[in-house]
Amino acid sequence: MGVMTGANTAGGDREVATQALNRELSDKGFLLTSVDDVINWARTGSLHWMTFGLACCAIEMMHSSMPRYDLERFGTAPRATPRQSDLMIVAGTLTNKMAPALRKVYDQMPEPRYVISMGSCANGGGYYHYSYSVVRGCDRIVPVDIYVPGCPPTAEALMYGLMALQKKIRRTGTIVR
Amino acid sequence: MTQALRDLGGHIEMKRPDCVLGWDVTLGELTIDVALANIAGFVEFLKSDPSCRFSSLVDITAVDYPERAKRFDVVYHFLSMYQNHRVRLRVPVREDDAVPSITGLHRSADWFEREVFDMFGLIFSGHPDLRRILTDYGFRGHPLRKDFPTTGYVEVRYDEELKRVVYEPVKLVQEYRQFDFMSPWEGATYILPGDEKAEAK
Repeated sequence: MGVMTGANTAGGDREVATQALNRELSDKGFLLTSVDDVINWARTGSLHWMTFGLACCAIEMMHSSMPRYDLERFGTAPRATPRQSDLMIVAGTLTNKMAPALRKVYDQMPEPRYVISMGSCANGGGYYHYSYSVVRGCDRIVPVDIYVPGCPPTAEALMYGLMALQKKIRRTGTIVR
Repeated sequence: MTQALRDLGGHIEMKRPDCVLGWDVTLGELTIDVALANIAGFVEFLKSDPSCRFSSLVDITAVDYPERAKRFDVVYHFLSMYQNHRVRLRVPVREDDAVPSITGLHRSADWFEREVFDMFGLIFSGHPDLRRILTDYGFRGHPLRKDFPTTGYVEVRYDEELKRVVYEPVKLVQEYRQFDFMSPWEGATYILPGDEKAEAK
């Protein structure tokens, strides 16, 4: 640690700001916000995803929850059952034989539910567009919110897709009236 | 290695001249042509003969040659863990021939034969459970036959009214494109785009 001789560049003391907020909270005991904001905050902060790994994209999906990009920072968690998940990441080639199963899993998810289509194959058939056994895009089977391009998309791209979905949730209304 | 394979080929032909139609060693691999009627007995011979002992079935597949009368070649690959040998058997088969199943000799042949049945439509007689294995339930046709269209016959979509996934005849928004990957430097036999302007001068 050297001695600082120039102008003070340390900025404000964050401790002071936090303590001031704490004092205010302990004084009043509540924060003011709207219900919409709270619900949005809760939804965007707990996107538990249904792991629908179908092909090589699933490997990239695993990478995105590994320490480098650590998707769990966003409050997400991979769930093994559709009944506990809010988000389905369709990662990989969707075949005709798998399509009814995919729809069944989607139907089991509770509302509100979101779908990220990950990779060229899920987006529009990709490399297998003209194949006899591949669905030309998973949006033929389930409604898709975010398309993540790439073959396969990097973990970073998937993370950006997730952030785009959070943005979409924040911007669209939460409660249907 | 090649000499060892030649010896093996000669040995097998000497022992079972009725089965072997011919054999050759190409690229360090021994290939034996076998008549369809004798295939089961021949596989048993390969498994039991002390200088062969091909106890592992590596793969069964087929090749489609639409122009031939015996349209398909069923191809068997075997490995001998004891002698460190590999062999390939090639069996020419007509479209309506039934191939004797070798599931009694090699249990692993079960799914391989199902796959060949699925992809090429060849019937294996004596197979315990000859169903499709890879393609969709109720799939029509055999995809690896040369006369099968790449895009197939049906496509799927979710129907909002019926609340289920429905099958429909395939409709392509854009036709399947054939790309020309030949390099113009390798001597195109046609006029390259733009070259007709040079001719006009």
